[in-house]
Amino acid sequence: MNNIKVFLNGLIKENPTFVLMLGMCPTLGTTSSAINGMSMGLATMFVLICSNTVISLLKNLIPDMVRIPSFIVVIASFVTLLQMVMQAYVPGLYTTLGIFIPLIVVNCIVLGRAEAFAAKNTPVASFFDGLGMGLGFTIALTLLGALREILGTGKIFGMTLFPENYGMLMFVLAPGAFIVLGFLIAFINSFKKV
Amino acid sequence: MKKLESSLKNMVFVLTGTTVICVALLAYVNLLTAEPIAKANANILNTALKEVLPAYDNNPVTEADTVFGEKDGKKTVKYIIYPAKNNNKLVGTAVKSESLGFGGELTVLVGFQADGKVYGYSVLSHSETPGLGSKSVSWFKKGSKGDIIGMNPGEKPLIVKKDGGQVDAITAATITSRAFLRAVNSAYEAFKNNGEKPNGMTGATKHVEPSDSISTK
Repeated sequence: MNNIKVFLNGLIKENPTFVLMLGMCPTLGTTSSAINGMSMGLATMFVLICSNTVISLLKNLIPDMVRIPSFIVVIASFVTLLQMVMQAYVPGLYTTLGIFIPLIVVNCIVLGRAEAFAAKNTPVASFFDGLGMGLGFTIALTLLGALREILGTGKIFGMTLFPENYGMLMFVLAPGAFIVLGFLIAFINSFKKV
Repeated sequence: MKKLESSLKNMVFVLTGTTVICVALLAYVNLLTAEPIAKANANILNTALKEVLPAYDNNPVTEADTVFGEKDGKKTVKYIIYPAKNNNKLVGTAVKSESLGFGGELTVLVGFQADGKVYGYSVLSHSETPGLGSKSVSWFKKGSKGDIIGMNPGEKPLIVKKDGGQVDAITAATITSRAFLRAVNSAYEAFKNNGEKPNGMTGATKHVEPSDSISTK
Protein backbone atom coordinates (compact mmCIF):
# COMPACT_ATOMS: atom_id res chain seq x y z
CA MET A 1 0.00 0.00 0.00
CA ASN A 2 0.92 3.61 -0.37
CA ASN A 3 1.32 4.12 3.37
CA ILE A 4 4.10 1.57 3.52
CA LYS A 5 5.89 3.49 0.83
CA VAL A 6 5.48 6.70 2.83
CA PHE A 7 6.81 4.92 5.91
CA LEU A 8 9.87 3.53 4.11
CA ASN A 9 10.51 6.88 2.49
CA GLY A 10 11.13 8.42 5.92
CA LEU A 11 13.03 5.42 7.20
CA ILE A 12 15.49 4.96 4.33
CA LYS A 13 15.11 7.02 1.18
CA GLU A 14 14.75 10.36 2.92
CA ASN A 15 16.23 9.50 6.30
CA PRO A 16 16.19 12.82 8.20
CA THR A 17 19.71 12.48 9.55
CA PHE A 18 21.66 10.73 6.81
CA VAL A 19 19.90 12.08 3.72
CA LEU A 20 17.96 15.23 4.57
CA MET A 21 20.56 16.36 7.15
CA LEU A 22 17.91 17.88 9.36
CA GLY A 23 17.97 18.22 13.15
CA MET A 24 21.77 18.20 13.40
CA CYS A 25 21.83 20.00 16.76
CA PRO A 26 20.22 17.23 18.87
CA THR A 27 21.95 14.65 16.66
CA LEU A 28 25.37 15.90 17.69
CA GLY A 29 24.44 17.01 21.18
CA THR A 30 22.64 14.05 22.69
CA THR A 31 24.39 11.04 21.19
CA SER A 32 27.13 10.67 23.80
CA SER A 33 25.73 7.22 24.53
CA ALA A 34 23.41 4.78 22.78
CA ILE A 35 20.67 5.10 25.36
CA ASN A 36 20.69 8.90 25.24
CA GLY A 37 20.51 8.91 21.45
CA MET A 38 17.68 6.41 21.45
CA SER A 39 15.67 8.34 24.05
CA MET A 40 16.08 11.57 22.14
CA GLY A 41 14.99 9.82 18.95
CA LEU A 42 11.91 8.33 20.62
CA ALA A 43 10.95 11.67 22.15
CA THR A 44 11.19 13.34 18.75
CA MET A 45 9.25 10.49 17.14
CA PHE A 46 6.40 10.95 19.60
CA VAL A 47 6.18 14.67 18.84
CA LEU A 48 6.51 14.04 15.11
CA ILE A 49 3.69 11.51 14.96
CA CYS A 50 1.32 13.58 17.10
CA SER A 51 1.99 16.89 15.38
CA ASN A 52 1.83 15.38 11.89
CA THR A 53 -1.53 13.75 12.56
CA VAL A 54 -3.08 16.76 14.28
CA ILE A 55 -1.82 19.25 11.70
CA SER A 56 -3.09 17.09 8.89
CA LEU A 57 -6.53 16.98 10.55
CA LEU A 58 -6.55 20.75 10.96
CA LYS A 59 -5.03 21.65 7.60
CA ASN A 60 -8.27 22.97 6.08
CA LEU A 61 -9.19 24.95 9.17
CA ILE A 62 -5.94 26.91 9.22
CA PRO A 63 -5.69 29.88 6.84
CA ASP A 64 -2.46 29.87 4.85
CA MET A 65 -1.11 33.12 6.22
CA VAL A 66 -1.12 31.94 9.86
CA ARG A 67 -0.15 28.34 9.24
CA ILE A 68 3.40 28.57 10.63
CA PRO A 69 2.38 30.09 14.00
CA SER A 70 -0.47 27.58 14.27
CA PHE A 71 1.85 24.67 13.54
CA ILE A 72 4.33 25.92 16.09
CA VAL A 73 1.61 26.20 18.75
CA VAL A 74 0.55 22.60 18.10
CA ILE A 75 4.14 21.33 18.13
CA ALA A 76 5.07 23.31 21.24
CA SER A 77 2.04 21.91 23.07
CA PHE A 78 3.06 18.35 22.37
CA VAL A 79 6.63 19.04 23.41
CA THR A 80 5.53 20.64 26.69
CA LEU A 81 3.22 17.72 27.31
CA LEU A 82 6.08 15.29 26.70
CA GLN A 83 8.36 17.32 28.94
CA MET A 84 5.95 17.22 31.87
CA VAL A 85 5.31 13.51 31.49
CA MET A 86 9.04 12.75 31.29
CA GLN A 87 9.78 14.88 34.31
CA ALA A 88 7.15 12.99 36.27
CA TYR A 89 7.91 9.42 35.27
CA VAL A 90 11.49 9.25 33.95
CA PRO A 91 13.30 12.03 35.88
CA GLY A 92 16.74 10.53 35.25
CA LEU A 93 16.35 10.66 31.51
CA TYR A 94 14.80 14.10 31.74
CA THR A 95 17.91 15.40 33.52
CA THR A 96 20.25 13.79 30.99
CA LEU A 97 18.53 15.17 27.91
CA GLY A 98 18.06 18.52 29.62
CA ILE A 99 17.65 21.46 27.30
CA PHE A 100 17.27 19.25 24.23
CA ILE A 101 13.72 18.26 25.15
CA PRO A 102 12.24 21.80 24.93
CA LEU A 103 14.40 22.35 21.84
CA ILE A 104 12.39 19.72 19.94
CA VAL A 105 9.99 22.60 19.28
CA VAL A 106 12.48 24.18 16.91
CA ASN A 107 13.73 20.92 15.48
CA CYS A 108 13.51 21.42 11.73
CA ILE A 109 12.41 17.84 11.12
CA VAL A 110 9.17 18.41 13.00
CA LEU A 111 8.24 21.72 11.38
CA GLY A 112 9.64 20.56 8.05
CA ARG A 113 7.42 17.50 7.91
CA ALA A 114 4.40 19.52 9.06
CA GLU A 115 4.96 21.99 6.26
CA ALA A 116 6.12 19.63 3.52
CA PHE A 117 3.95 16.61 4.19
CA ALA A 118 1.18 16.91 6.78
CA ALA A 119 -0.23 20.14 5.36
CA LYS A 120 -0.82 18.45 2.00
CA ASN A 121 -1.72 14.86 2.84
CA THR A 122 -4.34 12.79 4.66
CA PRO A 123 -4.07 12.18 8.43
CA VAL A 124 -3.34 8.48 7.93
CA ALA A 125 -0.51 9.12 5.46
CA SER A 126 0.82 11.86 7.76
CA PHE A 127 0.80 9.44 10.67
CA PHE A 128 2.92 6.99 8.67
CA ASP A 129 5.22 9.77 7.55
CA GLY A 130 5.75 10.76 11.18
CA LEU A 131 6.35 7.14 12.15
CA GLY A 132 8.85 6.58 9.33
CA MET A 133 10.72 9.83 9.84
CA GLY A 134 10.73 9.39 13.63
CA LEU A 135 11.98 5.83 13.41
CA GLY A 136 14.61 6.84 10.87
CA PHE A 137 15.78 9.57 13.23
CA THR A 138 15.76 7.19 16.22
CA ILE A 139 17.79 4.55 14.40
CA ALA A 140 20.31 7.12 13.20
CA LEU A 141 20.74 8.58 16.69
CA THR A 142 21.01 5.17 18.33
CA LEU A 143 23.64 4.08 15.81
CA LEU A 144 25.62 7.27 16.28
CA GLY A 145 25.32 7.04 20.07
CA ALA A 146 26.32 3.37 20.10
CA LEU A 147 29.43 3.96 17.97
CA ARG A 148 30.50 6.92 20.07
CA GLU A 149 29.92 4.99 23.28
CA ILE A 150 31.94 1.98 22.07
CA LEU A 151 34.84 4.07 20.77
CA GLY A 152 34.83 6.49 23.68
CA THR A 153 34.22 4.33 26.74
CA GLY A 154 34.26 0.73 25.55
CA LYS A 155 30.67 0.18 26.57
CA ILE A 156 27.40 -0.32 24.76
CA PHE A 157 24.08 0.42 26.47
CA GLY A 158 26.12 0.53 29.68
CA MET A 159 27.58 -2.98 29.22
CA THR A 160 31.36 -3.13 29.14
CA LEU A 161 32.99 -4.52 26.01
CA PHE A 162 36.57 -3.58 26.86
CA PRO A 163 38.15 -1.60 29.72
CA GLU A 164 37.41 2.10 29.75
CA ASN A 165 41.12 2.96 29.75
CA TYR A 166 41.38 1.90 26.11
CA GLY A 167 38.53 4.18 25.05
CA MET A 168 39.24 7.32 23.08
CA LEU A 169 37.72 10.09 25.10
CA MET A 170 37.45 12.36 22.08
CA PHE A 171 34.54 10.33 20.73
CA VAL A 172 32.40 11.16 23.75
CA LEU A 173 33.15 14.85 23.30
CA ALA A 174 31.87 17.11 20.52
CA PRO A 175 34.59 16.48 17.89
CA GLY A 176 33.86 12.75 18.02
CA ALA A 177 30.24 13.44 17.15
CA PHE A 178 31.23 15.22 13.95
CA ILE A 179 33.76 12.57 12.98
CA VAL A 180 31.45 9.61 13.53
CA LEU A 181 28.54 11.35 11.79
CA GLY A 182 30.76 12.21 8.81
CA PHE A 183 31.94 8.63 8.42
CA LEU A 184 28.41 7.25 8.76
CA ILE A 185 27.13 9.60 6.03
CA ALA A 186 30.07 8.71 3.79
CA PHE A 187 29.35 5.03 4.35
CA ILE A 188 25.68 5.44 3.44
CA ASN A 189 26.48 7.57 0.40
CA SER A 190 28.80 4.89 -0.88
CA PHE A 191 25.74 2.73 -1.57
CA LYS A 192 24.16 5.38 -3.73
CA LYS A 193 24.67 5.46 -7.47
CA VAL A 194 26.28 8.69 -8.52
CA MET B 1 -13.99 20.86 2.91
CA LYS B 2 -12.55 23.95 1.32
CA LYS B 3 -9.58 25.63 2.90
CA LEU B 4 -10.42 28.67 5.00
CA GLU B 5 -9.56 31.99 3.42
CA SER B 6 -6.83 34.17 4.91
CA SER B 7 -9.17 36.94 5.98
CA LEU B 8 -8.39 38.86 9.16
CA LYS B 9 -11.44 37.43 10.92
CA ASN B 10 -10.51 33.86 10.05
CA MET B 11 -6.90 34.30 11.04
CA VAL B 12 -7.64 35.88 14.41
CA PHE B 13 -10.30 33.30 15.13
CA VAL B 14 -8.19 30.26 14.19
CA LEU B 15 -5.03 31.37 15.95
CA THR B 16 -6.91 32.28 19.12
CA GLY B 17 -8.83 29.03 18.96
CA THR B 18 -5.72 26.88 18.53
CA THR B 19 -3.95 28.62 21.37
CA VAL B 20 -6.91 28.38 23.75
CA ILE B 21 -7.37 24.66 23.11
CA CYS B 22 -3.66 23.98 23.52
CA VAL B 23 -3.46 25.98 26.74
CA ALA B 24 -6.47 24.17 28.18
CA LEU B 25 -4.93 20.80 27.32
CA LEU B 26 -1.57 21.72 28.85
CA ALA B 27 -3.16 23.11 31.98
CA TYR B 28 -4.98 19.83 32.45
CA VAL B 29 -1.83 17.74 31.93
CA ASN B 30 0.06 20.05 34.27
CA LEU B 31 -2.56 19.38 36.91
CA LEU B 32 -2.20 15.63 36.40
CA THR B 33 1.60 15.58 36.50
CA ALA B 34 2.23 18.16 39.23
CA GLU B 35 2.10 15.57 41.98
CA PRO B 36 4.24 12.87 40.28
CA ILE B 37 6.84 15.55 39.43
CA ALA B 38 7.04 16.72 43.04
CA LYS B 39 7.26 13.10 44.15
CA ALA B 40 10.01 12.32 41.64
CA ASN B 41 12.04 15.33 42.77
CA ALA B 42 11.61 14.43 46.45
CA ASN B 43 12.63 10.89 45.59
CA ILE B 44 15.91 12.02 44.05
CA LEU B 45 16.74 14.04 47.15
CA ASN B 46 15.74 11.27 49.54
CA THR B 47 17.84 8.69 47.71
CA ALA B 48 20.82 11.03 47.86
CA LEU B 49 20.25 11.69 51.58
CA LYS B 50 20.09 7.96 52.36
CA GLU B 51 23.34 7.51 50.52
CA VAL B 52 25.33 10.17 52.36
CA LEU B 53 23.99 9.78 55.90
CA PRO B 54 24.09 7.05 58.55
CA ALA B 55 20.76 5.30 59.19
CA TYR B 56 18.17 7.75 60.48
CA ASP B 57 14.49 7.68 61.42
CA ASN B 58 13.42 11.31 61.13
CA ASN B 59 12.57 13.26 58.02
CA PRO B 60 15.57 15.49 57.25
CA VAL B 61 13.72 17.29 54.48
CA THR B 62 11.04 18.77 56.73
CA GLU B 63 13.61 19.69 59.38
CA ALA B 64 15.97 21.24 56.85
CA ASP B 65 17.59 24.56 57.50
CA THR B 66 18.36 27.03 54.77
CA VAL B 67 21.30 29.40 54.86
CA PHE B 68 20.95 32.37 52.56
CA GLY B 69 23.72 34.25 50.90
CA GLU B 70 23.88 37.21 48.64
CA LYS B 71 24.73 37.26 44.98
CA ASP B 72 24.52 40.41 42.85
CA GLY B 73 22.47 42.04 45.60
CA LYS B 74 19.87 39.28 45.50
CA LYS B 75 19.06 36.84 48.24
CA THR B 76 19.99 33.34 47.14
CA VAL B 77 20.00 29.93 48.76
CA LYS B 78 23.54 29.17 49.79
CA TYR B 79 23.36 25.98 51.76
CA ILE B 80 20.58 23.66 52.77
CA ILE B 81 21.30 21.72 55.92
CA TYR B 82 19.54 18.41 56.53
CA PRO B 83 19.87 17.01 60.07
CA ALA B 84 19.61 13.22 60.43
CA LYS B 85 18.41 11.88 63.76
CA ASN B 86 18.03 8.41 65.15
CA ASN B 87 15.95 8.09 68.35
CA ASN B 88 16.06 11.89 68.62
CA LYS B 89 19.86 11.87 68.69
CA LEU B 90 21.72 13.70 65.96
CA VAL B 91 23.70 11.10 64.01
CA GLY B 92 24.76 13.14 61.05
CA THR B 93 24.15 16.16 58.92
CA ALA B 94 23.93 16.50 55.18
CA VAL B 95 24.71 19.84 53.56
CA LYS B 96 23.83 20.81 50.03
CA SER B 97 26.55 23.05 48.74
CA GLU B 98 27.57 24.57 45.44
CA SER B 99 30.74 25.70 43.78
CA LEU B 100 31.84 26.80 40.35
CA GLY B 101 33.40 23.93 38.44
CA PHE B 102 34.94 23.73 35.01
CA GLY B 103 31.69 23.75 33.06
CA GLY B 104 29.36 25.50 35.49
CA GLU B 105 27.73 25.01 38.86
CA LEU B 106 28.63 21.85 40.70
CA THR B 107 26.04 20.91 43.33
CA VAL B 108 27.08 18.41 45.97
CA LEU B 109 25.29 16.89 48.91
CA VAL B 110 27.86 16.10 51.59
CA GLY B 111 27.05 14.00 54.64
CA PHE B 112 28.98 14.56 57.89
CA GLN B 113 29.05 12.45 61.01
CA ALA B 114 28.43 14.27 64.26
CA ASP B 115 32.21 14.54 64.80
CA GLY B 116 32.72 16.28 61.44
CA LYS B 117 34.07 13.34 59.47
CA VAL B 118 32.82 13.02 55.90
CA TYR B 119 30.40 10.10 55.81
CA GLY B 120 29.44 10.22 52.16
CA TYR B 121 28.66 12.50 49.29
CA SER B 122 26.52 12.62 46.20
CA VAL B 123 26.90 14.93 43.21
CA LEU B 124 23.39 16.24 42.62
CA SER B 125 24.07 18.09 39.40
CA HIS B 126 27.10 19.09 37.38
CA SER B 127 28.07 20.18 33.90
CA GLU B 128 31.65 18.94 33.87
CA THR B 129 33.35 17.40 30.84
CA PRO B 130 32.08 13.85 30.24
CA GLY B 131 34.82 11.31 30.90
CA LEU B 132 37.02 13.77 32.82
CA GLY B 133 35.34 16.02 35.37
CA SER B 134 32.20 13.91 35.35
CA LYS B 135 34.22 11.24 37.18
CA SER B 136 33.77 13.34 40.33
CA VAL B 137 30.50 11.42 40.76
CA SER B 138 32.48 8.40 42.04
CA TRP B 139 36.14 9.47 42.21
CA PHE B 140 36.08 10.61 45.84
CA LYS B 141 34.07 7.66 47.14
CA LYS B 142 35.33 4.91 49.40
CA GLY B 143 37.83 2.63 47.70
CA SER B 144 38.45 5.01 44.81
CA LYS B 145 41.68 6.86 44.20
CA GLY B 146 40.57 10.17 45.64
CA ASP B 147 38.82 8.67 48.68
CA ILE B 148 37.75 11.46 51.06
CA ILE B 149 35.42 9.37 53.21
CA GLY B 150 36.37 9.57 56.89
CA MET B 151 38.43 12.73 56.47
CA ASN B 152 37.62 15.70 58.66
CA PRO B 153 37.74 19.09 56.90
CA GLY B 154 37.75 20.72 60.34
CA GLU B 155 41.23 19.39 61.19
CA LYS B 156 42.65 20.26 57.80
CA PRO B 157 40.70 21.62 54.83
CA LEU B 158 40.55 19.16 51.94
CA ILE B 159 43.00 20.24 49.25
CA VAL B 160 44.30 18.45 46.18
CA LYS B 161 47.85 17.08 46.37
CA LYS B 162 48.99 19.42 43.63
CA ASP B 163 48.24 22.36 45.93
CA GLY B 164 49.94 20.74 48.90
CA GLY B 165 46.93 18.90 50.24
CA GLN B 166 46.05 15.30 50.93
CA VAL B 167 43.52 14.36 48.23
CA ASP B 168 44.32 12.79 44.86
CA ALA B 169 42.81 14.96 42.14
CA ILE B 170 40.94 13.45 39.21
CA THR B 171 43.38 12.78 36.38
CA ALA B 172 43.26 15.66 33.89
CA ALA B 173 40.47 17.38 35.83
CA THR B 174 42.18 19.39 38.54
CA ILE B 175 39.81 22.33 38.22
CA THR B 176 36.81 20.07 38.83
CA SER B 177 38.61 18.42 41.76
CA ARG B 178 39.35 21.80 43.33
CA ALA B 179 35.78 22.94 42.83
CA PHE B 180 34.48 19.74 44.35
CA LEU B 181 36.69 20.01 47.43
CA ARG B 182 35.79 23.68 47.78
CA ALA B 183 32.14 22.65 47.90
CA VAL B 184 32.93 20.01 50.54
CA ASN B 185 34.96 22.46 52.66
CA SER B 186 32.31 25.15 52.54
CA ALA B 187 29.67 22.54 53.33
CA TYR B 188 31.72 21.74 56.43
CA GLU B 189 31.78 25.43 57.42
CA ALA B 190 28.02 25.54 57.13
CA PHE B 191 27.73 22.32 59.13
CA LYS B 192 29.98 23.63 61.88
CA ASN B 193 28.25 27.02 62.12
CA ASN B 194 24.92 25.28 62.18
CA GLY B 195 25.94 23.12 65.14
CA GLU B 196 26.87 26.18 67.21
CA LYS B 197 23.46 27.76 67.26
CA PRO B 198 20.89 26.95 69.99
CA ASN B 199 18.90 23.78 69.53
CA GLY B 200 15.31 23.78 68.42
CA MET B 201 15.69 26.69 66.05
CA THR B 202 14.62 25.77 62.58
CA GLY B 203 14.14 27.86 59.54
CA ALA B 204 16.48 30.49 60.96
CA THR B 205 18.56 32.37 58.46
CA LYS B 206 22.17 33.11 58.95
CA HIS B 207 24.98 34.41 56.82
CA VAL B 208 28.03 32.26 56.48
CA GLU B 209 31.11 33.94 55.16
CA PRO B 210 32.92 31.90 52.56
CA SER B 211 36.25 30.92 54.02
CA ASP B 212 38.82 32.41 51.73
CA SER B 213 41.64 30.45 53.26
CA ILE B 214 40.50 27.28 51.54
CA SER B 215 39.53 28.61 48.17
CA THR B 216 42.22 27.75 45.70
CA LYS B 217 44.49 30.12 43.97
